[in-house]
Amino acid sequence: MGFDIRMPIGMLFTLFGILLIGYGAATRGSSMYAEHSLGLNMNLWWGMVLLAFGLVMLALTRLRRKQ
Amino acid sequence: MRPEPQLIDYAIILLYFVFVLSIGFVLKKYMKTSSDFFLSGRSIPAWIAGLAFLSANLGAQEVIGMGASGAKYGISTSHFYWIGAVPAMLFVGIFMMPFYYGSRARSVPEYLKLRFDEKTRGFNAISFAVMTVFSSGVSMYAMGKLLQLLLGWNFTAAILISALIVLAYTFLGGLTSAIYNEVLQFFLIVMGFIPLVYLGLRDVGGWDGLKARIANDTMVHSWKYMGHSSENPMGVEWFGLLMGLAFVLSFGYWCTDFLVVQRAMAADSMTAARRTPVIAAFPKMVFPFLVILPGMIAGVVTSSKLHDTSAKESVVAGTATQSSFFTGGKGIIPPKYDAVGKPVLVNGKAVLDYDLATPMMLVRYFPSGLLGLGLCALIASFMSGMAGNTTAFNTVWTYDIYQSYINKTASDQHYLWMGRASTIFGLAISLMAAFVAKEFNNILDVLQLVFAFVNAPLFATFMLGMFWKRTTGHGAFWGLLGGTVAAATHYGLTLPAGAVMGVKGGYLGPILHVYPSEMAQNFWTAIFAWVGCFSLTVVISLLTTPRPEQELKGLVYSLTARPEEGGLKWYQKPATLALIVLVLLVGLNLVFW
Repeated sequence: MGFDIRMPIGMLFTLFGILLIGYGAATRGSSMYAEHSLGLNMNLWWGMVLLAFGLVMLALTRLRRKQ
Repeated sequence: MRPEPQLIDYAIILLYFVFVLSIGFVLKKYMKTSSDFFLSGRSIPAWIAGLAFLSANLGAQEVIGMGASGAKYGISTSHFYWIGAVPAMLFVGIFMMPFYYGSRARSVPEYLKLRFDEKTRGFNAISFAVMTVFSSGVSMYAMGKLLQLLLGWNFTAAILISALIVLAYTFLGGLTSAIYNEVLQFFLIVMGFIPLVYLGLRDVGGWDGLKARIANDTMVHSWKYMGHSSENPMGVEWFGLLMGLAFVLSFGYWCTDFLVVQRAMAADSMTAARRTPVIAAFPKMVFPFLVILPGMIAGVVTSSKLHDTSAKESVVAGTATQSSFFTGGKGIIPPKYDAVGKPVLVNGKAVLDYDLATPMMLVRYFPSGLLGLGLCALIASFMSGMAGNTTAFNTVWTYDIYQSYINKTASDQHYLWMGRASTIFGLAISLMAAFVAKEFNNILDVLQLVFAFVNAPLFATFMLGMFWKRTTGHGAFWGLLGGTVAAATHYGLTLPAGAVMGVKGGYLGPILHVYPSEMAQNFWTAIFAWVGCFSLTVVISLLTTPRPEQELKGLVYSLTARPEEGGLKWYQKPATLALIVLVLLVGLNLVFW
């Protein structure tokens, strides 16, 4: 089948990553981080992890298509 | 206590909805025959089938229930994984998949038809179909109630929207769409729960800090206190645990339930089908850390907002204030409230609403943004379970009930159409069941009890069928019925401590034994069902004529050639992978002994 599930997964996580990084950057210093996530700007940090995961998935899709 | 999801949280959830729906739309064009729709044309690579195998079972009930169990019993909950699910998954992959996949059966009931006879298939197909739609309804109800309580979302809207989305993508893309979305959902659940465990553990000071805060040795060891049922919070001892939970219940579920087996049957080759459950076993092994730990942590941390008495937000039915909501709770686990907003008391003590342990953790540790991802993970787990039920139901309905008893000679296009139609009415019945559950909680308790009786003996039938060629159709059918009766009888004559007669057991009059816990009673009910089914099947099989051996080729272990593994590298061999899992498993049991 010509459909690789890694592509939509990669796209979704890339978008999630961008959204969270953007939101995390815009809400830096907000009191919600102290209140919830032990003072860590988890949106920024976890957003980066999601973005990296998404990009790896997209890279794998491209790699397979080239073969 | 209620969080206010922000625009960003809704944006994340909406984006997820868009993606699952698009996968359904993209796959629509590949659905040309009924085999594409029900079996994904047997074309799924092992790693995809493996993650779907795991994810289809990973419904919201597991995520919520294992967190609840973690809060109640601690790390002993890991037995459901480390001696329950994982060994059973290895067994189905290595020993049973050669017959399921090799026989070309299109469903588990169809295997029973090939191996035994029509009546055994009919019994299994009908009970499975009924069970599937109703348990889907039960989990819809649980999810709707949860979202209502946690976020103030409308119960009806919450379950209608998620049911419609699942309907759309399974209707369009069939099993392939369900499987591909399950892979997506798997990654979402993992990526949504890792930060929760990280933040929770960081807050309590890691595993050592958690142990110190729990200050109850029985909750942080999985085996040390299993010598006697009175020593551990689960109220079970090692024998009931090994026989009841591991051998009968877990093997029974993972080896015979079409919901999961269907994913492996869709794999693209025999080796891939055998590898499917084994690949699933790797992540399954570490799932206790993702789903049990949050529950354990929830019992020992406090909410930073908790003591802010100035916020007088009414929470349940307008009676409880934010601060009083938690009065009598434990950590961030609130007490249970009844319909009019009064705490539920047993012997003057508040009962905790353990099902809220994991959801409260999301609310406690996730700021807006991440909260959207966490809710998405929760909704994804709900949808993957629902889609699993839906695809298993429409296949069993179409092949094993409709094609076998109602319309035997229609065209393949007609069965494809019937698959789509049954997707709609299967989900519609589940939805109705969810609304019935909302009004009459007890009806579904009774139904689930009956299902448990029907399921308990199944593994004995399959084991005998696959590994003893002398087993006959009459033996299998009457053994199944006998095992179900044995379960119902045992349950009717026993009670868990402190329970009253009724849905908890004891309905046959005399109480012959009182178990220390409901769990112990359930495990022993399963053991009785298994022994009853096993012995009855053996006796009746010996008294009836066996089928000629030629007819059993490919269906029974001793008459089937071992699967070819010649050209495979060591890491591609199912047995080698299973061995690696086993070694890791022993290690995990020892570390948390």
